[in-house]
Amino acid sequence: MSVIGARLPRKEDPRLLRGRGRFGDDISAPGQLWARIVRSPCAHGQVRGLDVTRAAKAAGVTKVVTAGDLPRGPVIPVRLAVPGTNLSDHLQPVLARSTVRYVGEPLAVVVGEDPYACEDAAELVEVDIAEAPAALDARTAPAGHENTAAELTAGYGDIDAAFAGARHVVRIDLAIGRHTGVPLEPRCLLAVPDPDTGALDIFGMTKVPVFNRDLLASLLGVDETLIHVHAVDAGGGFGVRGEFYPEDFLIPWLAATLARPVKWAEDRAEHLTAVNHSREQYHRIAAAFDADGRITGLDDDITHDNGAYIRTHGVAVPELTVAMLPGPYRVPAYRGRIRVVLTNKTPCGTYRAPGRFEGTAAREHLLDVAADQLGIDRIELRRRNLLTAGEMPHERPIKTLRTDLVLDVGDYPALLAAAAGEADRLGYRTPPDGAGPGQPAPRLRGFGLAMFVEKSGLGPQETADVTVSKSGAVHVYSGGTSMGQGIETVLAQIAAAALGVDPRTVHVTTGDTAAQPFGAGSWASRSTVVGGSAVHQAATAVRQRAVQLAARMLEAGPGDLEVRSGYIGVRGDPSAQVGLAQIARAAEPASPYLEPGEPAGLSARRRFEVSRMTYPYGAHVAVVEVDPGTGQVRVLRYLVAYEVGRAINPMLVEGQLRGGVAQGIGGALFEEFSYDDAGQPQAISFIEYRMPTAAEVPPVDVIVSQDAPSPGNPLGVMGAGEGGINAVGATIANAVRDALGLAGGVGQLPLTPDRVRVLAEQAGRAGRHDAVSREGGAA
Amino acid sequence: MKDTHAICLTVNGREHELAVEARRTLADVLRHDLGYTGTHLGCEHGVCGACTIILDNAPVRACLVFGVQADGAEVRTVEGLADGEQLSDLQQAFSDHHALQCGFCTPGFLMLAEAYLAEATDREEDQLTEEQVRELVASNLCRCTGYQGIVEAVLATARTRRSRPKGAT
Repeated sequence: MSVIGARLPRKEDPRLLRGRGRFGDDISAPGQLWARIVRSPCAHGQVRGLDVTRAAKAAGVTKVVTAGDLPRGPVIPVRLAVPGTNLSDHLQPVLARSTVRYVGEPLAVVVGEDPYACEDAAELVEVDIAEAPAALDARTAPAGHENTAAELTAGYGDIDAAFAGARHVVRIDLAIGRHTGVPLEPRCLLAVPDPDTGALDIFGMTKVPVFNRDLLASLLGVDETLIHVHAVDAGGGFGVRGEFYPEDFLIPWLAATLARPVKWAEDRAEHLTAVNHSREQYHRIAAAFDADGRITGLDDDITHDNGAYIRTHGVAVPELTVAMLPGPYRVPAYRGRIRVVLTNKTPCGTYRAPGRFEGTAAREHLLDVAADQLGIDRIELRRRNLLTAGEMPHERPIKTLRTDLVLDVGDYPALLAAAAGEADRLGYRTPPDGAGPGQPAPRLRGFGLAMFVEKSGLGPQETADVTVSKSGAVHVYSGGTSMGQGIETVLAQIAAAALGVDPRTVHVTTGDTAAQPFGAGSWASRSTVVGGSAVHQAATAVRQRAVQLAARMLEAGPGDLEVRSGYIGVRGDPSAQVGLAQIARAAEPASPYLEPGEPAGLSARRRFEVSRMTYPYGAHVAVVEVDPGTGQVRVLRYLVAYEVGRAINPMLVEGQLRGGVAQGIGGALFEEFSYDDAGQPQAISFIEYRMPTAAEVPPVDVIVSQDAPSPGNPLGVMGAGEGGINAVGATIANAVRDALGLAGGVGQLPLTPDRVRVLAEQAGRAGRHDAVSREGGAA
Repeated sequence: MKDTHAICLTVNGREHELAVEARRTLADVLRHDLGYTGTHLGCEHGVCGACTIILDNAPVRACLVFGVQADGAEVRTVEGLADGEQLSDLQQAFSDHHALQCGFCTPGFLMLAEAYLAEATDREEDQLTEEQVRELVASNLCRCTGYQGIVEAVLATARTRRSRPKGAT
């Protein structure tokens, strides 16, 4: 059996299970100082005074810095720029100087011998702010440059004509709540300077370490090779970890300035107000249909609340929202407009399936409302409008992330049928046994389904080096990074398959800027697609090189050789073979097998370049139970059917999908960053920011489909990181709407108990659902 | 002036004597004073459970215990689960059932489950159900796995430990 497609145990597991992982805060340097960030207590205002005198004199404090101490003008630029947008007026300063714009904005840094002492001293910094009114609702923010960072439109066709000539027009409003990735490991950074050389060793940067290294070098004005970002284990990424935040300048700069190692370990309250938020959008979406229920036009007018500043993602999330909104359907005319509004809240960035969780929710919820209004079954309405395999590839005149949007491959109706069929087979639509006499009335059950297209494999490139050392071990140096997704295991399987070796002999290094200086990082579901393809190419080149050397060693023609599990031998002669270790030694300098001038070593560097993304797709199905009295929603069953082209390790694909569903349930039902009228964040601990536990997440049924290999890469793979979360908001919204028998949409996510109670009361008043009145009567 | 106290505690069978500030958490003592960095801090307010250790046979949040409270106590951390290079049955089950991804919460789940299983196997009549395991696992937070593998791993370990003859290891 091929190594590719095998459910191999993860290479990462033993060290993590033993407590031997190397997370940021697990690493310390002799003589290190600790940093504590002083953050704005106000949502908006002018800084009248910032007195650090008492803090600087406190026991154990080495230094307190404010904006005035910084070198002039460190500005963190946009990493993902959208052509035609200029966001330079809205970028966040590293430390606020005169104006604060959200609670949690960095104002000063206390550095000292001990984290407890630093935290005490930070309390002694006297912050005097003249408070100004806080803008907290993006929908009512006045138009103008001050509040509107950008306005983006995607679309094609004559949208006005489509709506004017429609047989049916269906509209809903849907708000998506503000929530984000919230990995279990808070952020951490350790910067260790070498005062003699000017070098800086950095621990804790991940996701895009080479980009961050280069940016830090330019901000510090040093050569980029002086900065070495080391590989660390990361306790979850989900889009937020590893972007370049103000702290990513402050901690290395302090270390360089003080000539001492400096460590910063974020606490959870900090994380919830400082790390990128995401998702908060207000959709006003409408679809036009002909008499047969075929979509003739789709129009969405969106307000995107980006918080106080533009960070490294720029306006990539709103751009992705409007670019991906038509999803898997045949949409002859489309217009997506989005206004990116700044408010006095924590700035926003990407969170797993950015723009798609939001857009899929709006589109798929609209389709359920439309199905009822048109009198067509929900699944049938989708089936009628899905692009078919015969329409692939399907090009939309839309650009996103600087690429042309071409849905490259797939059979969407087949996947929908597979998901619906599996849900039926598993009894998702079998009514439960009714309540017997004397038992409480049954809670309301709802069935929800949603279809979606994901994206993956963003270029432009990834680089991999593959080397065989003299013991015969294979070493892979990838530009991808570990977030906990199992990248070491997957890349080892890819390299092992190409080289014909046991994957246990493959050692994978990721996230180290010295080991792989050309890495583009792990994000946008690109690691297996782009990073894996680079490893495949480099390992294939090493194999060819090994065959070439083995031919010289065995005095045979390369065409007569075959690869046999770590050996290369003459076909038909089991005794004539050489192992990879022997071949690696034969590639050493001064080896008789090297020709004059031929470079030594058994290794190759390859760059995989790709100009377009590849588009996986899927369907989600859920069964929920709603208690109309308390407003509580329980997810009873959940199914994900997802096309990945080819699964390198199906166990890891299933894990990605299940984990994504759990996070999606959080965003659909529980997690929300709310603010009071003064802009004070109300979710600053895990008491208020409610992430799902095992009690809220059901077992997830998974179909990993491998029917549509991607044509855009040699492995045929599509990314699996975001398909588990993409449609959860949509699917739960549809299931709750079904349970309550609502005529319109649910209006707002997350569906917290107070909101569901209101919806249940509305449904009861409208007489939509007999069970609601029964339930009300019994209460 | 720091309020320091001399304490003595046993971690995974090894005795440690040290002076700690009264306010220093046991989690920080273990991680930063004694080098047991397998105990992770995810929230420092007792919700996420990543720092769960076994303190005198009971699972506790090390972020909610002061180091001085552990004076004279026996502590087990994730580093003490494996037998040399051999993973414990529970650790192996976590790998087999893909119960971890980033691995940050994993030590907390392992110690939580280890304490629970040790107690459960003492009560021979106890037949752990999936519901009971789910309720146990709901004590801690995981952001990667969706919990399914964790529930399966704990259940599988409970079953193999129950079927094992008494006295066998």
